[in-house]
Amino acid sequence: MILAYFRSLAARFLDRSQTETELEEELRAHIRLRTDDLERSGLSRPDAERRARIEFGGHERFKEECRAAIAGNFIDILIQDVRFSVRMLRKSRGFTVIVVLTIALGIGATTAIFSVVDATLLQPLPYPQSQQLVSIQADLPAIGAHDVGMSQPELQDFQQSGIFEYVSPAWFDENNLTGSAQPARVRIVSVAPSYFALLRAQPELGRTFDPQHNLPGYLPEVVISDALWKRSFGGDPNILDKSIRMDTDLYRIIGVMPPGFDSPGRNSEERNIEVWAATSFYGPPLPDHPVRNRRNLPTLIARLKPGSTIASAQNQLDGLVASVQNQFAGDYPNGWRVRLLPLKETVVGDVRQPLLLLLAAVAVVLLIGCVNVANLLLARASARTHEMAIRRALGAGQNRLTRQLLTESLLLSLLGGIAGIGTLFLAQESLLRLVPETLPRLNQISISWSVLIFALLTSMLSGIIFGLAPALHASRLDLIHVLNQEGRASTGSGERVQTRRVLVVTELALSLVLMISAGLLLHSFWDLLNVQLGFNPQSVMSVRTRMPYPNDVKIDKYATAAQEAPFIRELLRRCRSLSGVEEAALGDPASIPLDQSQRELNGLEGKFFLTFDGQRAQPEAPSMVERSRVTPEYFHLVGIPLRRGRLFNEFDEDTSPQVAVVNEAFARVYWPNEDAIGKRFKSTRPNSPWVTVVGVIANARTQSLAQSDVPQLYLNVYQNPAKHLAIFLRGHLDIASIADQVREQVQTLDPTLPVFGAQTLRATVSEFLLQRRFSMEMVGAFALTALLLAALGIYGVISYLVSERTHEIGIRLALGAQRSNILRIILHQGLTLAFAGALVGLVCALIVSHLMASLLYGVRPTDPLTFASVALLFLAVALFACYLPARRAMRVDPMIALRYE
Amino acid sequence: MSNEAELLPGTLDLLILKAVSLGPLHGYGVLLRIEQISGRALLIEQGALYPALFRLVRQGLLKANWGKSDNNRRAKFYELTSKGRRRLREETEGWNRLVAAIASALAARPQEA
Repeated sequence: MILAYFRSLAARFLDRSQTETELEEELRAHIRLRTDDLERSGLSRPDAERRARIEFGGHERFKEECRAAIAGNFIDILIQDVRFSVRMLRKSRGFTVIVVLTIALGIGATTAIFSVVDATLLQPLPYPQSQQLVSIQADLPAIGAHDVGMSQPELQDFQQSGIFEYVSPAWFDENNLTGSAQPARVRIVSVAPSYFALLRAQPELGRTFDPQHNLPGYLPEVVISDALWKRSFGGDPNILDKSIRMDTDLYRIIGVMPPGFDSPGRNSEERNIEVWAATSFYGPPLPDHPVRNRRNLPTLIARLKPGSTIASAQNQLDGLVASVQNQFAGDYPNGWRVRLLPLKETVVGDVRQPLLLLLAAVAVVLLIGCVNVANLLLARASARTHEMAIRRALGAGQNRLTRQLLTESLLLSLLGGIAGIGTLFLAQESLLRLVPETLPRLNQISISWSVLIFALLTSMLSGIIFGLAPALHASRLDLIHVLNQEGRASTGSGERVQTRRVLVVTELALSLVLMISAGLLLHSFWDLLNVQLGFNPQSVMSVRTRMPYPNDVKIDKYATAAQEAPFIRELLRRCRSLSGVEEAALGDPASIPLDQSQRELNGLEGKFFLTFDGQRAQPEAPSMVERSRVTPEYFHLVGIPLRRGRLFNEFDEDTSPQVAVVNEAFARVYWPNEDAIGKRFKSTRPNSPWVTVVGVIANARTQSLAQSDVPQLYLNVYQNPAKHLAIFLRGHLDIASIADQVREQVQTLDPTLPVFGAQTLRATVSEFLLQRRFSMEMVGAFALTALLLAALGIYGVISYLVSERTHEIGIRLALGAQRSNILRIILHQGLTLAFAGALVGLVCALIVSHLMASLLYGVRPTDPLTFASVALLFLAVALFACYLPARRAMRVDPMIALRYE
Repeated sequence: MSNEAELLPGTLDLLILKAVSLGPLHGYGVLLRIEQISGRALLIEQGALYPALFRLVRQGLLKANWGKSDNNRRAKFYELTSKGRRRLREETEGWNRLVAAIASALAARPQEA
């Protein structure tokens, strides 16, 4: 049925020229027959023919009506219009190419950004009924601590509350996988047995955990990822029930997840999980009788009961939280607040604002492109005034002409859209490489149907936007006036010039807004690049290794600091002997400055609750601080100077009193106006010893580039053993081979330890800026494009004005006007537009810049330097764009100009 | 001119159908036939005939074929389809009812009101 319709449509389209000749022939036959009759009644042949024509009436008008009668419906008229438009566009190729390229650029860029927005922000998470998935976050309002994690009893409260179908923690960690050629570090997540049932995820091979399982300790089963299966087991089809050894424990593989299955994590480390292990989060290696205020579980994820909403669940949850706080008042001295968030929010929350900024920026570029095209169309409309007037006079209806012009615009924008999408298709591989890897759901970005539909709609919308002004102008054509002006085809009406001025001011203003946004981002990025780090990343590398964490504590070779110390000392001694190494130190991952990859791990291990000795504050309100564990050499190696007291030394042993080094910010926050040296604190964990502050070091931006005064606490690794280790090396290092050299040393000492994550500290620092850099570069590129388009726009208008006034300029020159005067007149016209655009743009930029305040660092949204310098650059470009046509005006030869008419 | 009447809107289609029902005709022939059967009382703008003819063809009431006219000119001949014949019958009845109604309305005298 539909096929037949299209076939007849195509046939009609092709038959059109034949119909046209038949129509002409039929009307001519009529006149001939009438002429024959009139001739027979006695008229001469010419008279008869003339009379027949007069009797027939408006030939062209009836022909048009016949065409309408044949066509009869919208589609056919559309086809007529499209055919006519194609003819018109082919007649002016240069114009068509420029317009199509402008629109292709705009649509291509907008669609590219939209495809990212679509995959990350719009598409639901790739789990069935994902709108029912939430994350549960807990705050301690009294001390302003957010997302502090949960304790096992709290997890049980939620699991048994009846509010959720399933609740599971997702504890991201690393594990040492041994048994294959090289011990490997694998990304593992410890979850409740209900995890896969919660996500409603099915394995590609085997099965997942039994959600009902609830015995203490770890299940001796794991599910592995498709990637690990292929990489470490060669895609062995008989993988099920094979055993693997992780952290010296034996596990049976029960299932393989399909490729593309991502865990709902906050960063790429957490999403690309290789092994899933299930536990009830009590029993070895965790405590058999977990306590309520030891919050060692990270954020929980949960599936709401069917039919339940986040709001209703939150309501029930508030009741639960209140009654738990009543019952265990002693465990909640700092209050307890539990929030439900859509799970998607935790996955993509961080990138929402930067992405929306990019989408807005690229939409502005597209809009400027549209305005530019509208301007071109208006200029062309001036040239076509005569054509339009004649077509009106010959009987084309006003609506018909408007429609025809709109069809032309739509055709242009669709061609542009197709060109844009086509380019996008061809370039998508290389474009995707530009996207930072930290972006969530990167592998879901594609040119999907929704993206194509978006591109189509955007193209049509653009066509309407830029086609509207010229079409409306054409419909208000004053026939008599235009036709009376005989030969002067291109006299633009004053109204049309006015519209063009408004358009140019709009586009100048838009581009200025974009440029100022880009300028602010650039300025704050520049500031971040040039901050005093407070540490020295020059020629420092970090290499990671990790001690096993067996579920049976008794077989742990490195359970205490005393057991671990000989390994660390020997490893550092060996590393110092490597070629090029001048200094070596060791710490936990939290001590790697600005490292983003282990955020969750650091969040768990690095967050530390303290109570202070003899503190004015209530001792039962613990403070949460950032903590790193390092060897004594660390501070000198990364270049953080000592301010007061001493650093760790070789006498700080497992058996000697615990000591700590803090930074100045820490000292100022916890002991304001006092000397921190000699002050004591201890961890809130049971049986923790008192720790004495022995040294204060300078503040450094190790936690965030944007802040220099984050309180930092350093403990001695020889007193507080760490399982996750980072080896720091300074010297003239051979970056390519250093990881292998370190691996050799580590594995000589213990062949089961993996070595991974070798990176220069410089690279770590620049990775910290990756996302900002991406946003800044993109917005910067869009702003440059916008500036270019706006400059073209003002150039076009001024050129047009000059060409229109050539005659007048000729007269002025002939009457003795100075050439510099002519230049001044033209520049004045251009600069009036530029200043108007700048004024509107500055006001809009003030509004927009406040919206993006959170993306800025160290720069106020009203930063006068940025505003002034961008505005100056903008005016300079506008001046240049006006100068070119103005110079042409100045060089007009009066003789030629006067003869020109 | 005085005995020629303007066509009521919508009646041209009916006249064309009637004219063609008497035998296949080309466009000019339709014109002549209408003049003849209306006793030259109706004024038709010649060109306006063609949009109407095309419309009737599109509606499937007429079908058109190229042929030779009496004086050997190539011309397009129109004839009624069965759908056209049915439509002519319906429209004729409708027209007659309308005329009768209007005539009786116009013939009404004051005391009958």
